[in-house]
Amino acid sequence: MTTLPEPSGVKLGLVIDLDICVGCHACAVACKEWNTAAYGAPLSDQDPYGADPSGTWLNRIHSYEVTPEDAPQNAPPQIVHFPRSCLHCEDAPCVTVCPTGASYKRAADGIVLVNEDACMGCGLCAWACPYGAREMDAAEGVMKKCTLCVDRIYNENLPEEDREPACVRTCPANARHFGDLGDPDSDVSRMVAARGGVDLMPEQGTKPVNKYLPPRPKTRETPPPARPDAEEAPGGFLGWVDRALALLD
Amino acid sequence: MHPAPSLILFTVLSGLGFGLIAWTGLGLGPAGIWYAWTVSVASGALVAGGLGASALHLRRPDRAWRAFSQWRSSWLSREAVLAAATSAVFGAYALTWIVTGTRLAALGLLSALLAAATVLATAMIYTQLRTVPRWHTPLTPLSFLAFAATGGLLAVLSLSGAASRPLTLLALALLATAAALKAAWWHRANATRRPSPEATTALGALGTVRQFEPPHTGRNYLQDEMIFRLARRRATAVRRLAAGLGAALPALLLALLAAVPATPGLAPAALLSHLAGLLFERWLFFAEAEHAVGAYYGHR
Repeated sequence: MTTLPEPSGVKLGLVIDLDICVGCHACAVACKEWNTAAYGAPLSDQDPYGADPSGTWLNRIHSYEVTPEDAPQNAPPQIVHFPRSCLHCEDAPCVTVCPTGASYKRAADGIVLVNEDACMGCGLCAWACPYGAREMDAAEGVMKKCTLCVDRIYNENLPEEDREPACVRTCPANARHFGDLGDPDSDVSRMVAARGGVDLMPEQGTKPVNKYLPPRPKTRETPPPARPDAEEAPGGFLGWVDRALALLD
Repeated sequence: MHPAPSLILFTVLSGLGFGLIAWTGLGLGPAGIWYAWTVSVASGALVAGGLGASALHLRRPDRAWRAFSQWRSSWLSREAVLAAATSAVFGAYALTWIVTGTRLAALGLLSALLAAATVLATAMIYTQLRTVPRWHTPLTPLSFLAFAATGGLLAVLSLSGAASRPLTLLALALLATAAALKAAWWHRANATRRPSPEATTALGALGTVRQFEPPHTGRNYLQDEMIFRLARRRATAVRRLAAGLGAALPALLLALLAAVPATPGLAPAALLSHLAGLLFERWLFFAEAEHAVGAYYGHR
């Protein structure tokens, strides 16, 4: 059913710390690895070793260069790595546009999923998503998206520490966090409150569950100059070496 | 957005077919059986051709029947349901007309209303998308409806060969309305922008955002589907073709037809020219549309 359920109390989602992310793409690789063998059709690649490779990924890591408006001349820009995946929106437009009922939001925990057996591959849900979170699998002809590793987080065959999304489990920098954003006392909610976590494109009216923690402000100082004495002639042993080398100069 | 030929044909042909159904249902055209046959075959071919083209857009057309199920929430599903309902009701209208020779006004009126609702639903598939600012305006359904009404009436004039000056003038007025709506749509579209990279990344407070390194070295679905880059230097030329063939030339032909009624070939020529113009217009409708996701890839 592609009408949205009543907002659930439990809102499972991710908190992504842009201050910490180092842009290593390990989360994207772990996501591809887990999800190509898990929920639904594999994440196929086309021409993977050829001249024009492409493929389906549920997580894409952008890198941006951010320059403050009032930055002094030649001040280095700030690099921000930006993982982009499904935000499991409360008011998910990808769900309501779906003509077949394949795209749905779970009433119990708010996870947005695709029932791949019912997907006719029209692609309208990908058009409706402002975040580019959905990709059509070229081999299977059905829409793929982040499942929040629904087959890990409730999986009692896995050790308890592995019952979180593959991207969170693998992140070596601890920039990704998983939890219940519907519970104001959960670790993730507290983190969002403390760090001023934000919604992406709130003006789209999607009410995303996932939050992004903005990079902490950098000091605006220009890099310190080289040691002031670097150009002066050294004394002592180094002075002797310097004079000796000067004979050969 | 990627201007898929399947979607261009779908919106243009089904719009014309439902326009023809609407005017026929309202009682236009001669009452003879031969005309009943002609109009049934023509509208059936246009609607089936349009919907068939839309099925080509699906990666899993074997599951298309499921699209009839979500009419409560989905405009695409509503479009499918309304298209089927219109075809069924108009089919009954045409069948009774062919068999008994009478046109049932109530059935005709119902098929006209359903045909208009179908065109509206088609337009709403695009209008509803906040992610594509150019489409997200009431002018989109208004222009789709005006094009369907214009094309449908031109089809009635062409098929019936009727020398009706009032209908010719009505077609001219509809053509002018459609052209004015589309001009207003384009005027608004020129001023719309997709969200900026600062807005999509929520990094605007820190400064100006520029793509430093893309997330992948190859192409992906998002780029192929939603970041189609039109060669902008030719957009003006295509727009002139759309306006010239879609509006100016048919208007001239209709004016001639109004001056010298029953001149053979004028109405079909106006229809064909209008259709050709619409194909250019619809190509631009998709190709020029900018999706929010482009901003993540650094496009402004």
